[in-house]
Amino acid sequence: MSAQTAPVLQVRDLVVEYEGRGESVQAVRGVSFDVHAGEVVALVGESGSGKSTTAHAVVGLLPGGGRVVGGSVRLHGGELVGLTDKAWQQVRGARIGLVPQDPGIALNPVTRIGDQVAEVLRIHGRVRRAAAAQQAVEILRSVGLSDPEARARQYPHELSGGMRQRVLIGIALALEPALVIADEPTSALDVTVQRRVLDLLDDLTSRTGSAVLFITHDLAVAADRADRVVVMKDGEIVEEGLTAQVLGAPRHPYTRSLLAAAPQLAVRERVPPPAPTVGESPLLDVLSVSKTFRLPGHAGRTVQAVDDVSFSVARGGAFGLVGESGSGKSTVARLVLQLTTPDSGAVLLDGAPVTDPAGRALLRRRSQLVHQNPFASLDPRFTVAKIIDEPLRSHRVGSRSQRRDRVVELLEQVALGAAFATRRPGELSGGQRQRVAIARALALEPDLLVLDEPTSALDVSVQAQILALLDRLRRDRGLTYLFISHDLAVVRQVADRVGVLHDGRLVEVGPTADVFDQPQDPYTAELVGAIPGHRADPADRPLERSTR
Amino acid sequence: MTAYVLRRLGAAVLVLWAAFTVSFAVLYLLPSDPVSIMLDAANPGGTVDPAQVAELSARYGFDRPPLEQYLVLLGRAVTGDLGVSVTSGAPVSQLLADAFPQTLALTSFALGIALLLGGTIAAVSSWSRSTRLRGALLALPPLGVSMPTFWIGLLLLQLFSFRLPLFPAVGNQGFGSLVLPAVTLAIPLSAVIAQVLARSMRTAWDAPYVETALAKGASRGRVQWRHVTRNAALPALTLLGIAVGNLLAGAVVVETVFSRAGFGGLVEKAVRTQDIPVVQGVVVVGALVFVVVNLVVDLAYPALDPRIARTPATA
Repeated sequence: MSAQTAPVLQVRDLVVEYEGRGESVQAVRGVSFDVHAGEVVALVGESGSGKSTTAHAVVGLLPGGGRVVGGSVRLHGGELVGLTDKAWQQVRGARIGLVPQDPGIALNPVTRIGDQVAEVLRIHGRVRRAAAAQQAVEILRSVGLSDPEARARQYPHELSGGMRQRVLIGIALALEPALVIADEPTSALDVTVQRRVLDLLDDLTSRTGSAVLFITHDLAVAADRADRVVVMKDGEIVEEGLTAQVLGAPRHPYTRSLLAAAPQLAVRERVPPPAPTVGESPLLDVLSVSKTFRLPGHAGRTVQAVDDVSFSVARGGAFGLVGESGSGKSTVARLVLQLTTPDSGAVLLDGAPVTDPAGRALLRRRSQLVHQNPFASLDPRFTVAKIIDEPLRSHRVGSRSQRRDRVVELLEQVALGAAFATRRPGELSGGQRQRVAIARALALEPDLLVLDEPTSALDVSVQAQILALLDRLRRDRGLTYLFISHDLAVVRQVADRVGVLHDGRLVEVGPTADVFDQPQDPYTAELVGAIPGHRADPADRPLERSTR
Repeated sequence: MTAYVLRRLGAAVLVLWAAFTVSFAVLYLLPSDPVSIMLDAANPGGTVDPAQVAELSARYGFDRPPLEQYLVLLGRAVTGDLGVSVTSGAPVSQLLADAFPQTLALTSFALGIALLLGGTIAAVSSWSRSTRLRGALLALPPLGVSMPTFWIGLLLLQLFSFRLPLFPAVGNQGFGSLVLPAVTLAIPLSAVIAQVLARSMRTAWDAPYVETALAKGASRGRVQWRHVTRNAALPALTLLGIAVGNLLAGAVVVETVFSRAGFGGLVEKAVRTQDIPVVQGVVVVGALVFVVVNLVVDLAYPALDPRIARTPATA
């Protein structure tokens, strides 16, 4: 730690205000912290904590309506608050690099990769076009992209998410800035890709000695990557210190609750209940299903999305299906729900093939889907009561007053209460919306719930609440879950059995503890190894980055 | 890419054929007698000589079955022969060729003005951070859309031709005579372009790639020019293909207001005298223009947006 040297970034009593209609809201209230050269400081917190606003205030890119109304931000001693546009243009890109959040949309879709990398060189240096293009290729090589000459000529949509984030890291670090701000750089990426991208970022910034301000909601990632952690809540800092101290012995109750909610770090405290009855016939049988899709735009080319996948889910059990993007896990869910038909193989619900007309009618009532995104799966014009009532109405269940009682009952089951019946989705938080979606799924008293990444859009503490709710519902109501997720730590909390999908094939199936603790397949081992938070254990985590 | 181009070309040919067929069906198969209309037009109120009727019917092929008439006309049209005007006896293709350059000059000049005006309003309003300037600029398009073309034309004539004799009021003489009609035609179109482009530019400014560009140290001007404009151009391009049809229709009105020779005059006279071959010729040429413009627009898409050419299934 270089406490005696002057910090690269010095934030003092920073206050940021957003002007709404007639009123202004303070999103950041009196925040102070330092980042030194060669140091990684993680700014952690949930949505609305002000962590992202703080980061954007530091690069002077607050969204419309936001402005710094107090305090100071100094870079190498020079004040940044109140700089003119012209002066900011000298700072951004050259002295502060920004690695943005979502690599899928952070690159201009109609401009070649090489030109986008060269742009930062052209803006700051007086490099000629050809020289900048040449340098851009070198930058692409330095961020570990194979065949950088070809990549430079490609467009963003032709690259994977991980490759795009490498490009963005290359842009941010092109001019070796003194400060790098990484704003949730990997939250949109798969866990194995996340690890590789963060390794790259670590490697490059320690080589240039840049100070890194790392914004994340993921405590496990912070634990792995940061020297110091700053915890924010409601626009204020509640705790800060060395990573091992803050995460090992948190002083503030909020930090403690965050840690308890973080699935990766609290993994041994909660064990999902096993399927209650063993020996009975399974509720769901998936028998060597395969599904091939035609690739659009490539006549005759196909992709094998699901390849000879078999598993069964015991009545009352929770089967976790894990895999990264493109592994085929969503297609399996669609096959189980008969939203698409398999090319070969069969799906049996309670022993009856769901492809039969009779089986399908049964399936529509006895299995329900909970979607990934509660912000998109609820009709914004419906009231909560109408949303939950909809499956009852379409299956003509009960009289109007019976249905009204049922809605209240369902709201209570998901711990929302009757008062929510008249609200609309726009008035609800993400967690409340997902509870409504679960209540809707429960309306027809299904046996099987297919949960497609049900918590990936939620904050960790909300995620923990939803997972607890799912646990309780399964125990109380004897529900069976097919739980689909890319997040192994979440699956570990929910599922009693796990299947690992890779390129459409089920590479490993078994009881959760076995798969996680003694993975048999090399891919499973890689996946488990990539879960962040491994260094959180103080025993195997070096205290200082300089010891690496 | 080749498949994409071929598919677009095929669709263009299909549209042309459909325009010809529909205009044939409407004009020739309606329950009226084209020959007596022609004779009446040539000699109003005159007596009808049966021999003359038979002679005319034979000349134009009206005594043949409709399908045969249609195939013969289609065959001629494919070789560029659109028949002869009933009233003047001149070949239709000749009449069209005389009128077309005038209208082409008017509409393409108007299109240029509309793009420049609409594009500037949209770009400045989305680039500027002054809410007052933005508000003032964005108030213009609704005004432009709501003014009828003929009224704008009369207003411009009053101001710039009669009060300030800057431009001639009527006629086809020289570039000066083109200015007022083109501006008249351009104003409503520029308003629509400004509206659509301003909205898609605002959306583009909110895109994360703009933040990436700003974080590189790019100025707002550079972001507007390099990143926003090209991404925002796509929705406006679609609009352009449709607007050209309106531009042709608008040209008919504007040419009448400013007494210009061109398609407007030709159509007006042909419809008044029921000069069927000329009307059909105008319909086919109008369709041709529309098809060509939309073909150009479709082919410009992949050049502007690399994502399109690779996925022709959704293009």
